[in-house]
Amino acid sequence: MEIELKQVSKAFGEKQVLTDFSHTFPQGELTCVMGPSGCGKTTLLSLLLGLETPDKGEVLGMEGRKKSAVFQEDRLCENAGAVSNIRLVNPALTKAQAEEMLSALGLSDSLKQPVRTLSGGMKRRVAILRALAAEYDVLLCDEPFKGLDAETKALVMDYFLGKTKGKTVILVTHDSAEAAALGGHLLLL
Amino acid sequence: MTTSTTSADRGEKQNKRRGVRLWAVAVWVMVWQLGAMALGQEILLVSPVSVLLRLGELVPHWDFWKAILFSFWRITLGFLLACVTGTVLGVLSSRFSPVRDLTAPLMSVVKSIPVASFIILVLIWVPSRNLSVVISFLMVTPIVYQNVLGGISSMDQKLTQMADVFRVPFPRRLRYLYLPQVAPFFRSACAVGLGLCWKAGIAAEVIGLPDGSIGERLYEAKVYLATPDLFSWTVVIILVSLVFEKCFLFLLDRLVRRLEQS
Repeated sequence: MEIELKQVSKAFGEKQVLTDFSHTFPQGELTCVMGPSGCGKTTLLSLLLGLETPDKGEVLGMEGRKKSAVFQEDRLCENAGAVSNIRLVNPALTKAQAEEMLSALGLSDSLKQPVRTLSGGMKRRVAILRALAAEYDVLLCDEPFKGLDAETKALVMDYFLGKTKGKTVILVTHDSAEAAALGGHLLLL
Repeated sequence: MTTSTTSADRGEKQNKRRGVRLWAVAVWVMVWQLGAMALGQEILLVSPVSVLLRLGELVPHWDFWKAILFSFWRITLGFLLACVTGTVLGVLSSRFSPVRDLTAPLMSVVKSIPVASFIILVLIWVPSRNLSVVISFLMVTPIVYQNVLGGISSMDQKLTQMADVFRVPFPRRLRYLYLPQVAPFFRSACAVGLGLCWKAGIAAEVIGLPDGSIGERLYEAKVYLATPDLFSWTVVIILVSLVFEKCFLFLLDRLVRRLEQS
């Protein structure tokens, strides 16, 4: 089932962020959302995640769906280890499986450390892996590759594409090169 | 890629460095010794050497240990009961506003009433043997309650949103989200409460005079003007409360770390 926004409007105080916005996100495909700062990309994701409600219009196709997300901030449990953070959202995942995922993104040396001792780029990778480890129907990502160096970004994007093949993914980015590399549909706000 | 040393880690190290230094203790003991020598009146200010010698005389006697056990067991029991009650009330108050409305004035009253008034009031209802349990319980409960409630109120809303999106079940939220957020508040309540419960508990024993307690020994020392005894028992109280505080907080930190990282 497709995800559809119908004539959605959202304002925060005086600031009108979205006005009569309509769009249909295709099922099982990746859509990159691009636009200038403040145009409502993060608000759009918040509406889809159910963290905000539209002032007007409706969001269809999200009811009862399992959601996963890479937030703008990492939102990790800082005192817990990377493995615990990943298994938090999917207890069915074994420790070995979580460690395997972390190793695939170059985090094999940091398995036992509390997340607060990791660098920004390492935390970002843990946040991405957490989103990929969850059982989901729709994955929503807000600038997921932000703060990664070029080499790591290439590795993570490759892994991300492999893991999300055939899944409904809505990804916000500022980087047109990133959107081009990821492929999929493009939505300009 | 190398790992970074966070400000939290640096803070922890600095806090450890800021603890009581042995040389500073030695300086103050020296000042005490010199003061006692200058005064030359053991009844007014006993020297640390005399206190040590008196302690040496007390330690081999079973009565000495019985008095410590008597007071330690009761004050600790009151403290632990306060931890449980304060935490439960804090959690319930954070979830149900009527509980919060009912509990808030009660805690304010308990906090404001002078310890001596409480001791005399409680003595009417409770036998003096158990007075220190009730008094240490009453002193610590409001501190734990307010800190736990404060910890829950300052929860990171972004983390709870994350847990909502991923449909994280309550036991896991409790362990990985709520516990790390509330633990520092609970820890600081325990650190403050442990000092307070010993002070209030012993004060209660001095007034209630239960047989075989440290408070009774302190009272006897006062009556017979046995200043070395008074100082020796005071040193014992400081040592016991300090050792218990360190052990308790160490175990608490280990428990929280194990729960978070396993």
